[in-house]
Amino acid sequence: MIRFIVSRIVQGIIVIFAVITITFALSKMVPGGGVRNERFISKEAQKAQDEYYGRDKPWIVQLGLQFKHYATLNLPESEHYKGRGVDEIIASGFPVSATVGGAALLIALVIGVPLGAYAALRPNTLEDRTSTLAATLGICAPSMVLGPLLALLFGLKLRWFNASGWFDASDWVLPAMTLGIIYSAYIARLMRGSLRETLAQEFIRTARAKGASETSVVFLHAMKLASLPVLNFLGPAAAGMLTGSFIVETIFQLPGLGQFFISAAINKDIPLTIALSTFYAALIVSFNLIVDILQAALNPRIRLQA
Amino acid sequence: MSSGTNQSLSPLQAAWQRLMRNRLNGWALGFLAALVLLCAIGPKLSPYDQSQQNLELKATNPSLAHWLGTDPLGRDMLTRILYGGRVSLEVGLLATAVAAIIGVFYGMVSGLAGGRTDAAMMRIVDILYAFPFINFVILLMAIVGREFWLIFVAIGAVEWLTMARVVRGQVLALKNLEFIIAARASGAGFWHIVWRHLLPNVMGPIIIYASLTVPGVMLLEAALSFLGLGIQPPDASWGVLIQEGANSVESYPWLLLYPGIFFSTTLLALNLLGDGLRDAFDPKSMSQQ
Repeated sequence: MIRFIVSRIVQGIIVIFAVITITFALSKMVPGGGVRNERFISKEAQKAQDEYYGRDKPWIVQLGLQFKHYATLNLPESEHYKGRGVDEIIASGFPVSATVGGAALLIALVIGVPLGAYAALRPNTLEDRTSTLAATLGICAPSMVLGPLLALLFGLKLRWFNASGWFDASDWVLPAMTLGIIYSAYIARLMRGSLRETLAQEFIRTARAKGASETSVVFLHAMKLASLPVLNFLGPAAAGMLTGSFIVETIFQLPGLGQFFISAAINKDIPLTIALSTFYAALIVSFNLIVDILQAALNPRIRLQA
Repeated sequence: MSSGTNQSLSPLQAAWQRLMRNRLNGWALGFLAALVLLCAIGPKLSPYDQSQQNLELKATNPSLAHWLGTDPLGRDMLTRILYGGRVSLEVGLLATAVAAIIGVFYGMVSGLAGGRTDAAMMRIVDILYAFPFINFVILLMAIVGREFWLIFVAIGAVEWLTMARVVRGQVLALKNLEFIIAARASGAGFWHIVWRHLLPNVMGPIIIYASLTVPGVMLLEAALSFLGLGIQPPDASWGVLIQEGANSVESYPWLLLYPGIFFSTTLLALNLLGDGLRDAFDPKSMSQQ
């Protein structure tokens, strides 16, 4: 188990440094870059800039410098937002993204798991078909359509929430719903399929034969195994929510990380771009690690293999 | 059409019959065929050009002259939706083709090589799964430029991982079967075996997985265009139209609804068809991913 975790952590660190390398290489493709093409700037100031970011050194040294920044967590300033460290910017945007993403994940699980399980327990009935149809429709409602419609209905018409911005304590609701509804549909479909498959297996028949109650069969025996594919999906889902966060933060004009990422890429703010890519990679890697550990804890086959 | 129950069926015919047993699949296929046809010839039949503005008209409700109304610049919505649909479908198919080519090649090489090469190549795929690819696509589009060909190359380069896994699994299962050994024994060359024996046998899973990739790819294109990093106005794709509609949703909600309905219905049909194909071909072969 410990070997398994350590090997996953090592793999994760490789991913993070590979992301730094690739983002750095991409940034070298930028013509000009930074403040250079933005406005008139004196030769001395530009030289000081280049020195600060190490751009006067050969590129291999620059890459080493990047590795050093992130290995020691001693991060440079943003090029676009003068005087603000990239870590400062991440610290200001992350709470917004995390609130929306965390709430969306909760909504997705709270709707998706019961809906899928309910359908699986009543196969081929009207309830099953209805919830499966609802889940299939949910998958096909892209966030860029669903989001503005929710904003129109609950924000502009009913005036229950702000249609955009990040001012009131309830401003997370609409963006989290936009993201959460779509993922609840995926989770419901996965849950239904895997619970039906599990209920057909022999250990379930054994449990029933030894006289276990239906509640105990479903919740103690079947759900434990049936939740594995859902758990497995949460890794990619977390990555998907980051993608979704770019869209949702644009629709609802939230000052989250997604907004900073896009503006950094467009403004060619290389230090901030590298920092945000690295941060996202670290997030995904940690999420996958948690999922792996939970899976190993739930499934002896994975645990013993590693 | 003969019912064909008494004749023996080729695997392809049997799969087709199983696909058509579910009426929903027939509807999905029919809808997609009609959509492709409409998007291909619709913009040519329309009396309007998709970017032709009519500033006196501004945004109007559907009418006899403009079946789905016009946008704030007076452009005909139906023409724009069909034209945008063509762009979205093109990106969806081309990017899926790029992903399929990379994935099939990588999976074939990995599966055929076996041993350490195989283990190393699959470890690379494992690691790439944890990459924040969307960041790279956004970066690439923002930094390098917003060119049409770059969109589907970038998306295709992201979506090949699962295809590689599927193909490799199939090749591993196939490569030691008797008919391959027989072909090798009778002196068939490496490429002959790949082309004539392996590829036809992995075609089923490739088609199934490709059909499941198309909606994902179309969503990614729409997301990029929505963020202003994909197709650039006045050119149109469904992502562009949805973005324009979202901007004016308060005054003209139908500008979001119409392209949204087209897009969602297409995604629904593609998803249904993908699921149907998966069930119609080998029900077990795809269940591992």
